[in-house]
Amino acid sequence: MSGRPVALGALCAALALCGCVQRQLPHHMTDISGLVAPLQFHMTDQDGRPVSAADYRGDVVMLYFGYTHCMDACPTTLATLADAIAHLGAEAGRVRVLFVTVDPRRDTEPVLKRYVNDFGPQFVGLRGTHAQLTRMIKRYRVSYHYEKPDASGAYEVDHSSAVFIFGRRGRARLLAQTGAPASVLTADLRRLLGRPG
Amino acid sequence: MRYLFYLLPWQFSPTACAVFTLTLVIYVRGLLVLRREAVRVRLWRPLVFFFGLALNYAVLQTYFDFLAQHMFWIHRLQHLILHHIGPVLLVLSAPVPVLRAGIPAAAWRVLRKRGVSGPIGRLWRALQHPLIAPVLFVGLIYFWLIPSVHFTAMLDQRRYLLMNWSMLIDGILFWWLMLAPREAQGACAVRYGMRFIILTAVALPQIALGAYIALTTHPLYSIYAVCGRAWAISPMLDQQLGGLLTWIPGAMMSAVGGIVVLHHALAEERRALARAAPPQRDGSAGAPA
Repeated sequence: MSGRPVALGALCAALALCGCVQRQLPHHMTDISGLVAPLQFHMTDQDGRPVSAADYRGDVVMLYFGYTHCMDACPTTLATLADAIAHLGAEAGRVRVLFVTVDPRRDTEPVLKRYVNDFGPQFVGLRGTHAQLTRMIKRYRVSYHYEKPDASGAYEVDHSSAVFIFGRRGRARLLAQTGAPASVLTADLRRLLGRPG
Repeated sequence: MRYLFYLLPWQFSPTACAVFTLTLVIYVRGLLVLRREAVRVRLWRPLVFFFGLALNYAVLQTYFDFLAQHMFWIHRLQHLILHHIGPVLLVLSAPVPVLRAGIPAAAWRVLRKRGVSGPIGRLWRALQHPLIAPVLFVGLIYFWLIPSVHFTAMLDQRRYLLMNWSMLIDGILFWWLMLAPREAQGACAVRYGMRFIILTAVALPQIALGAYIALTTHPLYSIYAVCGRAWAISPMLDQQLGGLLTWIPGAMMSAVGGIVVLHHALAEERRALARAAPPQRDGSAGAPA
């Protein structure tokens, strides 16, 4: 039957597909090399300057989506990142944290500036127009959603918890999930700093 | 304007645009050609075909796709449509004569030479083997729901597209094999009795997997927490709904399929009887359904 070799080929293809099974690194870290798009965006930083990914080439970049009124996830995550950077010592200056606000209405430049400065000089607050933010949301396949405002008009925003880590040439390398300890992050950052990509 | 946003693609796919447009153009052309040749196509067939096509398009190329990327149960609904409901509708509309009439003669000659008797034809016949087709059908559902595979499929745009297209293509292949009348299937025809066995055989693992997902008490798919859900819903409720959608409607489609197969089997029997002893009262008994 002429279908026999083709059937075998199909089986091989199925087995090859199983190669897609991603190896899971320990401690809430996932290797995302080749899975997530390289760093690319156009936004405005906390000083009102238009910035793009090219401005951060040469640095290891950690990308996180959040908002300054966030009560738990954002401050905890950013504090962990600050802790991880502090343990890098002399190399700390070669790491950047890009904090993209998903609540640009309340997170104006002065609000954003005050917020990111609290975490350290490596922290950059990024704010975009609706179109710029949407492009980024689509590119990194993340989402955010505004909750109903309370009586005083305050509202919460549901958002992604991922920290995307990019190598010095802007290629996606690692994804840190909530709960990744600072020590693990420090080791990974040091490894990425030692690599050209 | 607001509604237009929900109807437009979340992430535009040139492939999807080309495939759906081409299918629609060929089908409509086929309808016109058949009409010119005075071949009657019953009205419900194009209606079911357009509905099936529109359903598949909607879950791939509207705001629904955003929801499917960020909510597990909507992702399961998307696959229920791509792998079950959409293909079932397309196959039930018996579109082949219309599509065949819609393909220009010159293009059909090339297709026949390259496709039907070439490597694509051989691959088609291999995938339509009564043992391989159900394994592939269930295997794809299981494969894309392995938690680590699911994680990267949701993270990587290319794998996400591969996942959705593999579901749609396999859905059409499988339900064509199950639901098309034997005389339309040519070399890959499967006996109706065998189809009942296959339909039952694919229902059971879907029930098992759906129940496992729905009844597991810890989150299996962390990607939705990592990349954010479409709206606030408890991760466990999301998982339970997704599990139920895999468990009940997925398996129910086998029952629906069984009814269609029974219908074909009875029609075949009626025709055989009509041939053996010509009908005495009216001549319509042998008309194919």
